[in-house]
Amino acid sequence: MNWNGWSEFIHMGGYALYVWGSFGVTAILIAGEILLLRVRRKQVLKLALRAVQYGKVKNDEDAA
Amino acid sequence: MSVFNWYKFSSPATFYTLAGKLVPWFYAAAILLCVVGLYISFFMAPTDFQQGEAYRIIFIHVPAAWMSMFIYIVMAGWAAIGLAFNTRLSFMMASALAPTGAMLTFVSLWTGALWGKPMWGAWWVWDARLTSELILFFLYLGFMALQAAIDDPRRADRAGALIALVGVINVPIIYFSVKWWNTLHQGASVSMTKSSSMASIMLIGMLVMALAAWMYAIAASLSRVRSIILERERNAQWVAQMLEAEL
Repeated sequence: MNWNGWSEFIHMGGYALYVWGSFGVTAILIAGEILLLRVRRKQVLKLALRAVQYGKVKNDEDAA
Repeated sequence: MSVFNWYKFSSPATFYTLAGKLVPWFYAAAILLCVVGLYISFFMAPTDFQQGEAYRIIFIHVPAAWMSMFIYIVMAGWAAIGLAFNTRLSFMMASALAPTGAMLTFVSLWTGALWGKPMWGAWWVWDARLTSELILFFLYLGFMALQAAIDDPRRADRAGALIALVGVINVPIIYFSVKWWNTLHQGASVSMTKSSSMASIMLIGMLVMALAAWMYAIAASLSRVRSIILERERNAQWVAQMLEAEL
């Protein structure tokens, strides 16, 4: 495709809905997956930290 | 035998650290390949004389469809290794691959529909290729739903592995469907045996995008397997030591 400005590029020879619908939804899904991965990681780190701290308290109590 | 100790890396503790080091590199490779692939897809590949600009959808559709099948095979492979050797990490890898595989299967169905509407005049037809790809999507969802429904992780692993293994029969059906049945879907764009019917720049664009999808899938599943490892081993000694070192 030769570059003849943004409007022609976005127009995609009349197939804008189909082309951008494909590339756009794919981009959104990938961004969504990366976001979900971050959320899951944060949650699990929180849980694991809690388990570690709980273990520490318990060990201290056992020692005391 | 080999000097490299594979068993060392089959321990979740070691693999957790290794995966953490690898993830950024695979993301970086995916971004780089994606930028190059998109540039080829939109600016280097010429307009198709029959399909106009709409054919550019294949630069997403074909890599996504390839990866949807390939990831399923890898997932079933990990499930088989898990069942055979009872290695926890193999089951975790299978679980980590499923959401990414499902997402790419959906992408291939979605982009296929958006290509089909202007070219065939229909969003969807019940032909063998499309239907078997839809079944692949349901297999991924079934695998994830089954694992989520069973509380005991070891039983969830085994049940999921069985679905993954039984379902793998669907992959050759998808792949060869265009040969075995008269489908509206066109035949393979890229073939090992005969020279490609496509312009080589289009082929290169598709291959670069496929490599980008591959790198992304590795990055995403390694990142997910780290969370799965932590979820399952959060009471293990090594997790406590690692987190205390970071605190």
